[in-house]
Amino acid sequence: MEQKIKMFIRNLNFYYGNVLALKNVNLDILTNHVTALIGPSGCGKTTFLRCLNRMNDVVEGARAEGQILLDGKDINSPEVDPVQIRRRIGMVFQKSNPFPKTVFENVAYGLRIDNPYVKAELTARVEKSLRDAALWEEVKDRLNDRAFELSGGQQQRLCIARALAVEPEVILMDEPASALDPIATLKIEELIQELKKKYTIVIVTHNMQQAARVSDYTAFFYLGELVEVDRTEKIFTRPGLKKTEDYITGRFG
Amino acid sequence: MIKSWSERIGFFLLTLAGILVLFILSLILLDIFSKGIKTISLEFLTQPPREGMTKGGIFPAILGTFVVSLITVIFAVPLGMFAAIYLHEYARPGKMTRFIRLSIRNLSGVPSIVYGLFGVALFVQMLKFGTSILSAGLTLGLLTLPWTITACEEALKTVPQSYREGAFALGATKWYAIRTNVLPYAVPGMLTGVILGLSRAAGETAPILFTGAAFFLPHLPKSLFDQFMALPYHLYILATQHQAIEKVRPIAYGTALVLLGLIFLLNLSAVWIRYRYRQRMRG
Repeated sequence: MEQKIKMFIRNLNFYYGNVLALKNVNLDILTNHVTALIGPSGCGKTTFLRCLNRMNDVVEGARAEGQILLDGKDINSPEVDPVQIRRRIGMVFQKSNPFPKTVFENVAYGLRIDNPYVKAELTARVEKSLRDAALWEEVKDRLNDRAFELSGGQQQRLCIARALAVEPEVILMDEPASALDPIATLKIEELIQELKKKYTIVIVTHNMQQAARVSDYTAFFYLGELVEVDRTEKIFTRPGLKKTEDYITGRFG
Repeated sequence: MIKSWSERIGFFLLTLAGILVLFILSLILLDIFSKGIKTISLEFLTQPPREGMTKGGIFPAILGTFVVSLITVIFAVPLGMFAAIYLHEYARPGKMTRFIRLSIRNLSGVPSIVYGLFGVALFVQMLKFGTSILSAGLTLGLLTLPWTITACEEALKTVPQSYREGAFALGATKWYAIRTNVLPYAVPGMLTGVILGLSRAAGETAPILFTGAAFFLPHLPKSLFDQFMALPYHLYILATQHQAIEKVRPIAYGTALVLLGLIFLLNLSAVWIRYRYRQRMRG
């Protein structure tokens, strides 16, 4: 199968003020594949993820150098509107963050931004997004309930549905299952397998087994550097570097 | 568990302070209530003063305070709210923002008579609004502005950052995110602060003293450029400036009670709004 590069990252340095948080990161993210980012806390995985949809623009004193290409176009070039980038690259946060609105309004939020949908079309798209996030059966009778009333796992899938609704091309997930029980986690993992048929996925995870289960490629970050990236089964069976092996076998981290 | 001596003494002193404060406050309230309640009647609330303010009611003062407060709200709330949104959501943290914020904090400590004099200079003389409802309302607006801005900023602070980032991640612009996913959750908190600021302004005398409040008016104000009577100023006159102070004392107490009642109502509505808001945020 021919593999297309969705995002192409070269020589990425990232600073918080004077602190260098990412050092010379190079990575290709392949279309319709799941790329997992692993590494100990504070190694820069989340920072890297937030570079990919320019979410770090919001952070004071943050600055990126180098190239991040989305379909060959630099997302950091001055003529690019970060709002458009975020429309194409969705994000699911570590702590599920439903808005204090109803289930329906949460999913419809992104759709309403600049499209005055007619009611029927909006309803259809909300339903489709909830189906794609494997949540529809559980909430179809609860669309007008407040999102906070859902369980933790449902809330996280609601956030995924909300991200899917605007039909992004890439979905960034920042430890989407870290606060969930094993069953809810399993559901999210199954969902990721389903989603990669249509989307390109980048997922940060602390859970080694999760990375092994869901991803096609795994990138190991350590102290702001991308140490090693390869096919997931290779990283977890025959890692190229001692440091990677030490981390995945639990010798440090 | 046996408490140590220092623990007991500390507990005793703190309790004493609490009781003392409560005692003094209830004494004031009780005094005003017991002496004022006799004066309150339908006539007192709906009629103008008669016979050199020794008889009749205080309706023009109630109306005056109400209208001036309205001007204050119309002027100070949108301005304060937008300033707070700018400061909290848009302004880059730095020396300038710190300086602006510090100035606002300082302004909230400026004595109200200074605002009164500034109001005379700006609204009455320079802008030629004369001594009027408009000048007084705007002066009170200036007085409440620092409180309004601070309260609105605090309200914005309580909205979790994740609501903003969540909206950004869906491709919302900053203003869209603020408008649809921050303000709705901040507005009740803002209102609470605004009402508390207003209840303070409604009781102020100094800022309206030179800018529009009248000792006595034979008629109700006809436009925003008329002078007006106001509760706190009326009370001040009755209590200290009237030629028959002893005779008007009951009216003074009645006026004080009405003013207190008004402020109590305002504060109560602030508490109610906050309560409703908590319910809503809980989901």
